[in-house]
Amino acid sequence: MTTSAQDEREAGTTGIGRGRQEVSIVLNGQPRAVEHGMSVRALLRHLELEPGMVVVEHNRRILARDALSDAQVREGDRIELVHFVGGG
Amino acid sequence: MKDSSFVIGGKSFASRLIVGTGKYRNNGEMVAAIRASRAEMVTVAVRRVDLDRSREEGILHYLDPSEFFLLPNTAGCYTVADALRYARLGRAAGLNDWIKLEVIGDERTLLPDTAATVEAAVELVADGFKVMAYTNDDLITALRLEDAGCVAVMPLASPIGSGLGVVNPYYIREIKRRLSVPIIVDAGVGTASDACMTMEQGVDGVLMNTAIAAADDPVGMARAMELAVRAGRDAYLAGRMQAREIAVPSSPTAGMLDRELN
Repeated sequence: MTTSAQDEREAGTTGIGRGRQEVSIVLNGQPRAVEHGMSVRALLRHLELEPGMVVVEHNRRILARDALSDAQVREGDRIELVHFVGGG
Repeated sequence: MKDSSFVIGGKSFASRLIVGTGKYRNNGEMVAAIRASRAEMVTVAVRRVDLDRSREEGILHYLDPSEFFLLPNTAGCYTVADALRYARLGRAAGLNDWIKLEVIGDERTLLPDTAATVEAAVELVADGFKVMAYTNDDLITALRLEDAGCVAVMPLASPIGSGLGVVNPYYIREIKRRLSVPIIVDAGVGTASDACMTMEQGVDGVLMNTAIAAADDPVGMARAMELAVRAGRDAYLAGRMQAREIAVPSSPTAGMLDRELN
């Protein structure tokens, strides 16, 4: 994907519920409505999360960082966003 | 005796003390204590991002991976499948391909499910991980974990967070005698004397979290632990005297006053 196409896709998907078609997903165990066709990268941006600071599991499959823009959120998806926290 | 360097999985570490990052009152205190401990390897856990709270809560905002070697763990996992899932999520963060493997078998004692730990270790080694396996102080499991290809085997001193110290020094010594990979005693150390005594058994390192984090002054305790680990290691290398249940005077018995010499 070219950079401009990536920007275009993300630019159009920064909001939730702006009259566009929505899909229901389960995000970190909680039901959530997000815009249809949103990329996972755009979802992270919407949540104000840095892609470099989280790991995404999309329907039980770990997404590589360079796959975040291509992965689209679809109805019924289960997404887990994890990061490192204190532990022993 | 001069100490050899502390090498795990082909990587050399500056300190034989490995510390966790959990249970600190705040992140500033955590970082200060870890610096005071002079540990290089530092464990972290993999958990969901809390989407309702601050976005700054991830530990990478506080611990620089270029300053510390961050070791993800599978803490909280009770099945092989969960341990593999958490290990892979940890690796996907992109820091390294190491994992501190824990598969817990009992909620009250947090003792490991040793059969599941061995099974998970085999899978993770095959998947390219460098596995440091938390286990019971059981020789047979330790041998199986070494056979599985773990880069280090980490028997407990006593249950996680208990602070009971080494409950079975003989088992720890026997594991150290029989395995070739580094032995790191993980969990149960309560205070500096425990850490020192652990190292005196001849093991390669100690991993602790609660003993430092739950001290009244974590920075002070971290400093004490650093000294204790070095003291215990030095004492082990120096070779202790034989203990005997009878006194032997340290000063000469000859040359005492008021004795008639003939």
